[in-house]
Amino acid sequence: MATDDKILIRVEHLTKVYGNGSIVALSDCNLAVERGEVVAVIGPSGSGKSTLLRSLNLLETPTSGAVYFEGTNLADKNVNIDLHRRRMGMVFQHFNLFPHKTVKQNITMAPVKLKVLPAAQANRRAEELLARIGLSDKANEYPAMLSGGQKQRIAIVRALAMNPDVMLFDEPTSALDPEMVGEVLDLMKSLAQAGMTMVIVTHEMGFAREVASRVVFMADGAILEEGTPAEIFDHPKDPRLQDFLSKVL
Amino acid sequence: MAQWWSSLFAGMSPASFFNFSFIPKYASFFTRGIAYTLLLSVISVALAVVPALVLALMRLSKYRAVRSVAGAYIAVFRSTPLLVQLSIVYFGIFNAIRLPNTQLFGFVKLSMFIPGVVALALNSAAYVAEVFRGGILAVDAGQNEAARSLGLSSWQAMSLVVLPQAIKNMLPAIANEIVTMVKESSICSTLGMMELMWGAKTVGATTYITLSPYVLAAMIYFCINYPAGKAIEAIERRMRRGDRR
Repeated sequence: MATDDKILIRVEHLTKVYGNGSIVALSDCNLAVERGEVVAVIGPSGSGKSTLLRSLNLLETPTSGAVYFEGTNLADKNVNIDLHRRRMGMVFQHFNLFPHKTVKQNITMAPVKLKVLPAAQANRRAEELLARIGLSDKANEYPAMLSGGQKQRIAIVRALAMNPDVMLFDEPTSALDPEMVGEVLDLMKSLAQAGMTMVIVTHEMGFAREVASRVVFMADGAILEEGTPAEIFDHPKDPRLQDFLSKVL
Repeated sequence: MAQWWSSLFAGMSPASFFNFSFIPKYASFFTRGIAYTLLLSVISVALAVVPALVLALMRLSKYRAVRSVAGAYIAVFRSTPLLVQLSIVYFGIFNAIRLPNTQLFGFVKLSMFIPGVVALALNSAAYVAEVFRGGILAVDAGQNEAARSLGLSSWQAMSLVVLPQAIKNMLPAIANEIVTMVKESSICSTLGMMELMWGAKTVGATTYITLSPYVLAAMIYFCINYPAGKAIEAIERRMRRGDRR
């Protein structure tokens, strides 16, 4: 088990099988994420990137293997996963803002209901976060009134409102119109520069190269190669990675 | 007044469609019948809502045993006639339990009304459970995932995020269930509950006017349910318009 204090998340021999063993989504994945690291996960669609990411906060239950978060194995059935999910923010491809709540309510709901912050303080935090992304004027709007880029930025600060130790991004820009990708990536970049630990499943290779401290390449449910952006993008070793990069770059 | 009314129907056959000469004398059978019918149906559906939600959540449980229990309940109540269910509840369960002889509003005998409501509610719960389940499933799975990823418990995610969105889809179907119950509760007449159908039957038997009391009952049922159905449609339209997804 992980004893190293620098390591925030350690995935060991993680395997996920669907159906009666017919579909292997993840096979024996091992990964360690250090505090302050920005890990980009790349690979062709269906390679298990999202499954790996969703396993980190147990949105997918591993078939076998362990996910240590701050030293606790989340895959252990006796662990209260809700307590650990508070410390792991997640951002989804399709935003998943709550349509029946205003922007501000979206941000304050979890901190208030989970008694992490008193209502007044949660409100103030929501206002600060909205000011930081320049959307203070949208506080009382409903999500339907917002553009995709605005929705995703609000989804990011909704997760930040819980003051998490790590942020998980599941293809955060894939559902956006091209002209809105930049504003979301800029926000993510500023998060990374502020020292937030991040795991990002992405198809934005330029972003991965620029912002990530480490890049992980997956194919067929396995981690085939990992390294610095320079190693992965400029000197790929695995033929699958070379093939993949030749298609996307 | 009564005389003028019966003169309107003078010479009509007892078997004719519109021989309403009985109305002045027997109006109370119908007015009380309407009240009894509405009490039965509205209270039954209201009582069914909470068990139906529990059943629906059980049906969506990750545990097979829990799913099966709810599934079996729903299967039994949807696959057997309401009249049979009513008879079993009335003669079986409430034969063993002594109910007070109190009368509500002077004509709703609780010793009969309660078994009736219980049977209708048990039946309704099975149907409403499926409405709930459908409504919950219609909410995008990402909503639940987003709530859970923030650390909310499964019940918090359900009650704060999923159900408030599902209810919009479910309300019309639940209102529809009340309309169905207004009609189906006529079955309670077979056990002597003095609802609308019982009123019509009794008036027919007393006056030997065999057909018209039923025609009147049909007209009353229609006048309750048709506008109710239209109102539900209107509510549904308004909800769609205010849809903020």
